[in-house]
Formats: sequence, structure tokens, C-alpha cells
Amino acid sequence: MKKLSSLGRASVFVVIACIVALWFFPMWRIDLAAPQYPEGIYMNIWINHLSGDVDIINGLNHYIGMKTIHEKDFKEFVYLPIALISFCVIGLLVFFWNRKVGYYIWFFIFMVLAGLSMYDFWKWEYDYGHNLDPTAPIKVPGMAYQPPLIGYKKMLNFEALSQPDIGGWFFIIAGAILAGVSIYEWRRSKTQLT
Amino acid sequence: MKRLSLILLSLGALVTVQSCKMKTTESAVSGDAASKVYVAPGKHDELYNFVSGGFNGQVSVYGIPSGRLLKVIPVFSLNPENGYGYSEETKPMLQTTHGHIPWDDQHHLALSQTNGEQDGRWLFANANNTPRVARIDLKTFKTMEIIELPNSAGNHSSPFLTENTEYVIAGTRFAVPINNEESAINDQTFKEKFKSTVSFIGIDQNTGHMGVSFQVILPGMDLDLSRAGKGPSHGWFFFSTYNTEQASTLLEVNASQKDKDYIVAINWKKAEEYIKAGKGKKMPTEYYHNVLNEETHTATSEVIREVLTLDPAELKDFVYLIPCPKSPHGCDVDPSGQYIVGSGKLAALIPVFSFDKITKAIADRSFEGEYHGLPVIKYEAALHGEVKKPGLGPLHTEFDDKGNAYTSFFVSSEIVKWSVKDLKVLDRVPTYYSIGHLMVPGGDTRKPYGKYVIAYNKITKDRYLPTGPELAQSAQLYSIEGEKMQLLLDYPTIGEPHYAQAIPAEKIKEQSVKFYDINKNKHPFVSMGEKQTKVVRQGNTVHVYMTAIRSHLTPDIIEGIQVGDEVLFHVTNLEQDWDIPHGFAIKHAENAELLIMPGETSTLKFIPKKAGVYPFYCTDFCSALHQEMQGYMRVSPKGSSVPLRWGADTTKGAAGVAIN
Repeated sequence: MKKLSSLGRASVFVVIACIVALWFFPMWRIDLAAPQYPEGIYMNIWINHLSGDVDIINGLNHYIGMKTIHEKDFKEFVYLPIALISFCVIGLLVFFWNRKVGYYIWFFIFMVLAGLSMYDFWKWEYDYGHNLDPTAPIKVPGMAYQPPLIGYKKMLNFEALSQPDIGGWFFIIAGAILAGVSIYEWRRSKTQLT
Repeated sequence: MKRLSLILLSLGALVTVQSCKMKTTESAVSGDAASKVYVAPGKHDELYNFVSGGFNGQVSVYGIPSGRLLKVIPVFSLNPENGYGYSEETKPMLQTTHGHIPWDDQHHLALSQTNGEQDGRWLFANANNTPRVARIDLKTFKTMEIIELPNSAGNHSSPFLTENTEYVIAGTRFAVPINNEESAINDQTFKEKFKSTVSFIGIDQNTGHMGVSFQVILPGMDLDLSRAGKGPSHGWFFFSTYNTEQASTLLEVNASQKDKDYIVAINWKKAEEYIKAGKGKKMPTEYYHNVLNEETHTATSEVIREVLTLDPAELKDFVYLIPCPKSPHGCDVDPSGQYIVGSGKLAALIPVFSFDKITKAIADRSFEGEYHGLPVIKYEAALHGEVKKPGLGPLHTEFDDKGNAYTSFFVSSEIVKWSVKDLKVLDRVPTYYSIGHLMVPGGDTRKPYGKYVIAYNKITKDRYLPTGPELAQSAQLYSIEGEKMQLLLDYPTIGEPHYAQAIPAEKIKEQSVKFYDINKNKHPFVSMGEKQTKVVRQGNTVHVYMTAIRSHLTPDIIEGIQVGDEVLFHVTNLEQDWDIPHGFAIKHAENAELLIMPGETSTLKFIPKKAGVYPFYCTDFCSALHQEMQGYMRVSPKGSSVPLRWGADTTKGAAGVAIN
């Protein structure tokens, strides 16, 4: 049997729903804390914009010569929604084509999308943390300010915590469903063959 | 051996003598007092305590129960610390019919109420010397409005409020001739020409804006304190009076002759009816109304030239007098609104009047006579009862939530707790020393918060480490949770506190503004960003549009200013973050500094007298590079050909100074 199980077909819509959630919830959240900021400051990264205390972070970063963060500098905010819409459309095609192989390809596309996004995020963080203005007032030899991709890091007086936000968790759930259903379909085809 | 025992014996005798000395505070503090006032580092106090500053003209804010000073709100006095009254924006706040008055004497405070309960919107403050009332906004802790009062002198019985903040009251301590006419000063002219007035200042419920709705003109005497009725007595206002003898000199003796002065009861609902019926008389006058606009961050003054007056001797049945022994100070209404407590400073008892009895006496016309055409109710007809032998020199009474009253006694230096219902004295505690007002949180409302009573004392002496002849004032915090009052804390206060108010922190702290939204800044000289900074000459006036953001001022180089120019630095703080004010000061300015909150624009005027180079800098330690936040202004002789130039290295990077 090369056709998808009904569970596999139904999962397509759950995955699409999880992806659509990214328009309503931020993907990622970076929290910062310092002795002067007991209340904490944060930045949310959405698929198409930034929110949170971006202006405050920009104001602080000028001391160490980090570039100011502006939404218009992020090509990702254009590409990412297009990529995600395309992914959802492919999902519908998989549903109608109703072949296991289609589902496997869809999962593969997801993994590529996730991998590229994380690489892109890491690369932006690297540039942001390393590309410092040589005339910056505060220079600490050997110090870079690359925020953590995920997890906790201490940089000068600031502690940074980077982690998925609600939208990001939906994305991870989508990945888990895709992985789980793919394995399920794979095993099912194997048992039916023998 | 014998010698040793002799020494021991005499030592023992000495200890015994020492232990017989008179009672001190150490012996008055018991048990767990410290734990009741300890607010751990990083924790917040339970109550905001707004305390009048007396002769410093300001309002201070303390945390209770810790007694920590949180802020001083400038109201009626110049405050060089943040430029209040010095900046061009705030100068109009202190404007009066007699010019810019830099100081006043601030005595009493009133927190706005709704249904007789504190609502956390506004705080009202009186100025005693040059009669004015101020409104402070409790979102920003800023003085938003000051209104001057016509036909008034010594605005002491103020700023007490009605239970829905319909009116804030302003009664005169000094009787004066109407419209401040010149007059010979003697007992004869006092009786003929000198009048006391009570101003009912209406309050706009949305904006809080004040306006004198009407004035009641009373015979010449000294109005002392007042309270609005509440609950059943809502619609009435009660004032204590002294010098009903109408003496013009040596009041100490001459105003202390009569056994009884009066409580003046004003039916303001009835007064409103007279106003509606067109019975008020319009009188030409002049007074200032100064309002701070939160969007332009600028105060403006308006002169009002008319006031509506009511004469109670002519328009009958809305003002009555109740005899009250002797030179009463406090005139306080209990939470039920039924009982009015007069505290005769020179009396040996506390009379408690009943509102029901007062209305019945008026209905039955049980009057003992008239005073300048005003009916005087029979003392016994209005009396609920007397608290016998409570202490010496009762001044002021507040109430808890359990039916008890707390009266301060200046002469015997104590607080006495008594039961309103049966007028029995329940407890007494000493104060250190000579208490004036006292305050129970919410003790003037229909729903007292209770829990504490605070003594605001007039004499300090040895309470704290000595600081020369001029000492801080002294306050004591007592717990009133138990049957007995318990002294918890003794702490110094600034200025000279008179009356105070306290409100649970929850009612205010969440609404506290962290910074001003710069996008709402409508100041005519705002610079919305560094690119909009500039220097503009208009004749001898030079406008400097300047910005401040960590850690630079733009522009930081200014040339082309001449001796005698009026230079106006309009400094906009571009920050949009909590607790990042910037300061601004320039060398030799005959002025104070500016302290500019994030999103705000303030203006400092400087007229240089000599040619030279004038450094300016940020005065509020704002950041790690605060010390670098500085600049220079070149001042050339009058008529010099040095062109106007300005700039800063903020737009062009390190390559060169972008001089425009």
C-alpha cells in the first residue's frame, strides 16, 4: 500500500494548523537581564516582524558598537512567510495526492526549512555579535556578543536566555508530528509487505 | 574586702536610683515592634503616606510602615533639584496676581474620594500664606494645577473634600476686607469690614480641573479646620473657628476670652440651590488658574476676573453656628457621618455633636441667638455628649474602622483613644514631643483602613542625633490593631508636617507612569530625534533645540551666541526606558538645572553676561558614559560677527564634526 493512512491524512491539517499559528504567536524569545534591569527586557522574533524592547536593546548596544536592529534589514521577514505558505500548499497537495512518498518529501522539506532557518538565525546572531563598530566607546579585547542560539549565556553585565516562544513550540510540534507520522507510515508499509 | 562591698553597695544604690528615673521611649517600645516595621530590601511598603511639608511648601511621600522617604513632590516652592519653578514650562505654576511667588506654607492634604472612599486619582494640597489649592496627579506624582483664591487670606481650612470629590474647600484663617481693600486696622474696622470666606472649588470629574464655583461670605473670624459631611451628613460642611471675639490684635489673649467659639455648619446643597435660582452675586475680582498640560509638558496661566458670592445673612437657612469650647482646631466627622468632633485647643473636654440632633435643632429652631445675622444653635440641642478629662490641648481627631476615635493632645503630648459611641477614654500613649495632627490611614473617609496611627510632632529635641539648632521634625508610628496602642517606629521627617494622608499601595502603584511617550510630546520646541536639533536666532532670543540620549547632548558645540542674548535651551530627553532621566546645567546660568524625564521637553533660560566659553553637561548620572555627556557654548561680545554654528558628531560618525 502506497496510500497514506487516514491518520496520516488527518495529520496534514494538524501540521498546517501548527504552521498557521506562527502568524499569531512569536517564534522566538530572547530575554535579557542585568543588575540595572531587574524588570528584565526581551525581544520577540515573529515570522514577519520583531516586538518587545527593541529600542531599549538598540540604545544599550551602542556602547559596545553593535549594530542597531531594524526590521527592514531582515530579508527573512519577506522570505519566511512565503516559504511557510508554500509549505502549507505542498501539504494540501500531499493530502490530495495521498501517497506516503509525498508525506516523506513534505517532512524532508520541513527539515530543510527548519535547518536553513536555524542556520540563518545563527549567522545573523554571529554577525550581530561580532561585527562591532571600531569606534565603540566600550571595547573588551576578545569579547564578542553573539547571543545564544538556544539556551543561556552571560555577556558582560547581561544574562541572555534564548528559547522558542509559543509559535516556535507550534513549529516544533509540527516537526514532531511529521516525524512521528512518517515513522508510523514507514512501519505500516513494512508490516503490510510481509 | 570591706571596701569592695562598700563600692558594690554604692553601685547597687546608683542602679536603683537610675531605674527610678522617669519613663522614656525605650521603656515604651515593646516586643515585636521591629518586625512590624521591617520591610525587607527589595520589598515594598504597605501604604503610601503623603505628608504636608509645612514651611517647605512641598509634599513628601513616605512608605509605611518603614517610614522611608520615597519622594518630595514640589508644589508651592521652587525646587532647584528638578527645575520646578525655574524651567520656562513650570514658571507659570507659581504665578499669582502678585507675581511669581517662590514659596508657600503647605499644611493639609486630601486624597480624592468616590462614595467616601479613597480612589487614588488625585491629591489636593493647600497653600496657607498666599491662598492657593494645588492638585497633584497620582499617576505621575506631579503638580498638575494650582488655583489662587480671591477674597482669602491664610488658606488654612483647606483642601478638604466632599465624599465624591465634588468640591475641594478653601476657608480663610485671616478675615480680611473683601477684594483686599485698604483699611485701618483696629477692632472697629475688623467688625465692620473684615470678612471670612469659604470657597467651594468645583472639580471636573474627568480632568480634575478646578474652578471656584461660589464663595460664602461669613462674618469676620478665623476659620481653622474643616470637614465635609459624609453618608447622612453628605451635603454639609463643618468648620471650626476661633477669634469669634473679633480681635484685631494680641489674639493670644484677646481671641481666648469667650468660653465657646463656633462650629460653622454650611448646607452646600442648599447653597447650590441658591446659585441655581440666581441668588448668587457676581463680584469683580482677580485670581490665577495655572494648569500643566501633559502633552506639551508646559503650564499656562489664566486670569479669572469674577467670582460668584453668597451672603448667608441675606440668604437664610444654609449657614448655622454651633457653640464649641474653646478655640477649636479640629472639626472632624466620624466614618458614619453622624458625629462631629470639635477639638477645643483650650478646652478640658471634647464635645461630640450629633448630625441628627443638629438637623432636629434647626427644624425646631432651638437657637440661642444670632451672630451677625447667623442663627446659633443651642449647644445642648446639638450635643451628642462630651469626652470628659481626655487630656490637655486637644487638636485633631481621626477614626479607625472599629468605632474608635484618636485625638491628638499638644499640651499633654499624647494620643488618646476613645469610643465614639459611649465617649469613654480607652487608652493613651505619649508622643515625642507635642503632637500636632495625627493620621489614621483612611481615617477621614467612610471606610478607614485603620491598622496604624501616625503622630506628626511639633518638637523634636533629643529624638535623633543632634544637628545644631535646626532639627528635623519627628513622627511616630503606632499600631492600633490591638486594644492598646503600640509604639512601633520613630522617624524624622522633613519640612514641618501638619496633616497627612495614607492610602494602600495597591490603589496607586500599578498606575504609576514609568516614562512619557515621546510620540505624544506636543511641546512647541520639541526635537523629535537628533536630526531635528537646531539653533534658531530671533532677534536677541536664541532657541536651542537640543536632545539628550545616552550618552550625548545634540548639539554639543554651539557658536554665535552674544552677550545679552536670551538663550533658551529646549532639551528633549529621547529615552523611552524606565528611570533614565537626563539633567542639564550650564556654567554661570542664574538658574537651576533641568531634570528631564524620558519623552519630556524642558526649557532652561540663560542670559550670558560675559564673553567666553560655557561648558554644559548632563547632571543626572545616566550611564557608564555619563561623565562624557557634555558640550560647549561659545559666547562672543555683543555685535560680534561670529556666525551661528552648531553641531555634534552624532550623525556623521568619527570622520568629523557635522557643523551646520
